[in-house]
Amino acid sequence: MGGEAHHGKRRGNFIQRTIDALSETLERSLYAEQLAEGSGLLQRLDPRVKLLAMLGFLTCSAASRNLTVVAGIALVALLLAILSRIPFRSLSPVWIGMLVFSGLIAGPAIFLTPGPTLATIPWLGWQVSSYGVRSAALLILRSEVSITFSVLLVMTTPWIHVMKAMRVVGVPTTVVVILGMTYRYIFLMLQSASDMFEARQSRVIGKLSDTDARRLASATVGVLLSKSFQLSNDVYMAMLSRGFRGEVYTLDEFRLGSNDIVAIPLILIIIASGIWYGLI
Amino acid sequence: MDAIFTLNDVRYDYANTTQPALHDVSLTILKGQRVAIMGANGSGKSTLLRILDGLYFPQSGTVAAFGDTLDEHHLMDDTFAHAFRKRVAFVFQNPDVQLFNPTVYDEVAFGPLQMRWDKETIVRKVAETLDMLEISHLRNRAPHRLSGGEKKRVAIASVLILDPEVILLDEPTAALDPKSQSMVVDFLVGWANSGKTIVTATHDLDTVPDIADDAYIFQNGTIVAHDTPAALLQNHELLLQANLVHAHHHHHDGVPHKHPHFHLGHAHDHSSGS
Repeated sequence: MGGEAHHGKRRGNFIQRTIDALSETLERSLYAEQLAEGSGLLQRLDPRVKLLAMLGFLTCSAASRNLTVVAGIALVALLLAILSRIPFRSLSPVWIGMLVFSGLIAGPAIFLTPGPTLATIPWLGWQVSSYGVRSAALLILRSEVSITFSVLLVMTTPWIHVMKAMRVVGVPTTVVVILGMTYRYIFLMLQSASDMFEARQSRVIGKLSDTDARRLASATVGVLLSKSFQLSNDVYMAMLSRGFRGEVYTLDEFRLGSNDIVAIPLILIIIASGIWYGLI
Repeated sequence: MDAIFTLNDVRYDYANTTQPALHDVSLTILKGQRVAIMGANGSGKSTLLRILDGLYFPQSGTVAAFGDTLDEHHLMDDTFAHAFRKRVAFVFQNPDVQLFNPTVYDEVAFGPLQMRWDKETIVRKVAETLDMLEISHLRNRAPHRLSGGEKKRVAIASVLILDPEVILLDEPTAALDPKSQSMVVDFLVGWANSGKTIVTATHDLDTVPDIADDAYIFQNGTIVAHDTPAALLQNHELLLQANLVHAHHHHHDGVPHKHPHFHLGHAHDHSSGS
């Protein structure tokens, strides 16, 4: 599950690969929910404390001009992942994806930023500047820190608590409701898509040609859109039927525990130090 | 007895269809009545329930609820809408539509939160309702991860918590395993003397005598019969015409054969064709 969601080698045709991918996504979400109910360090903290701490770390990392400080915050994130028993195989795909994405953006800065030359690329003659390397490293590290804290928050906190915490810290109700509904109905649509592909698979003999595969994919997208439109109408009616008048109310069940009392000053000290040393 | 719902010559058309979903529908549902709306798929049962719940508004005809006109204009009024939603609850056929909150607990608490009950009352009532439906162990589970029977129980809990006077149920036993079906029917039977008004749309004829004292048969969007469940279920010709029974295979003395076959309560009636 999750990182273990692969069931051996990917099977043959387009339909089978799609079914595998959909199942894997569903299993991964289940795995994330199991992690959120674990007994690691972050799982024991109040969601509001976690959310605010994550925002604090992100601000600290974004505001810092000091590479060492950002690396230090990255180390804190790594430590939190270990103490929260988040397997690296769950984080590594996210890290690699972010490295590729931010690397593409930051890469040219290595050659384009003026400054003392560190090395020259043979044959091409491109000069690698020390300031360029530093800028690129800072951008990549900041991106990695941001994605790691975001993933840690989601993997150590049930989604409903993330949303409630967002409400408590003042995120507009509409945003929280849209996020909640999206999360909820993504699974229904994934299940629906998986059922459709399985039904199609049971009626297909042999391998689909690329043209047929494309036709099937576009037809499925059309049907899913139509279904999601119908579903959203029905869900809205079900909400109206139970008294929904455009405002969302939630029960705030959060209580600060002894872990939070210890964690809050520690987090504040780390963030304040990070901002202080990062800006000077 | 007081009339809960009064419909006069109601007609409802869906967009881009030539046949009306409902037409010439006039009926009265009285306080405390248990009414079955029977009909084949597409006969207009679900549309009728949505009209009774103020979710759809007819193109022509009138609908009154608790003596007041039930229309879009009235439901725009917060006081009216609040009172109406408190008194009338709707259990949808597809629980996935009805269960839109992240956990079972939040699902059951949704209605009371909309009614602005105080937190203490909500916490107490949610716990009581979860216990009553025997789903306390599911409180932190995501509704979309539950089995069909569990989803249905959560859906029922989510409307029962408001203690509504009227409960509308759309195919409550559809797509459930026998045990879950039995649980739902037990609930409906248990409400017999509760004073609640229960309107159940169904094509599950076996359950009708237990869950209703009054019944309508719908066909092609209109009422074709209205009587007691016992009287309607004896009218095999009408049931055949309304596509509520059909020929199917079964055994007589170990010999398999096929003809219209009625199951009424525990007794099997083979009078039509054996």
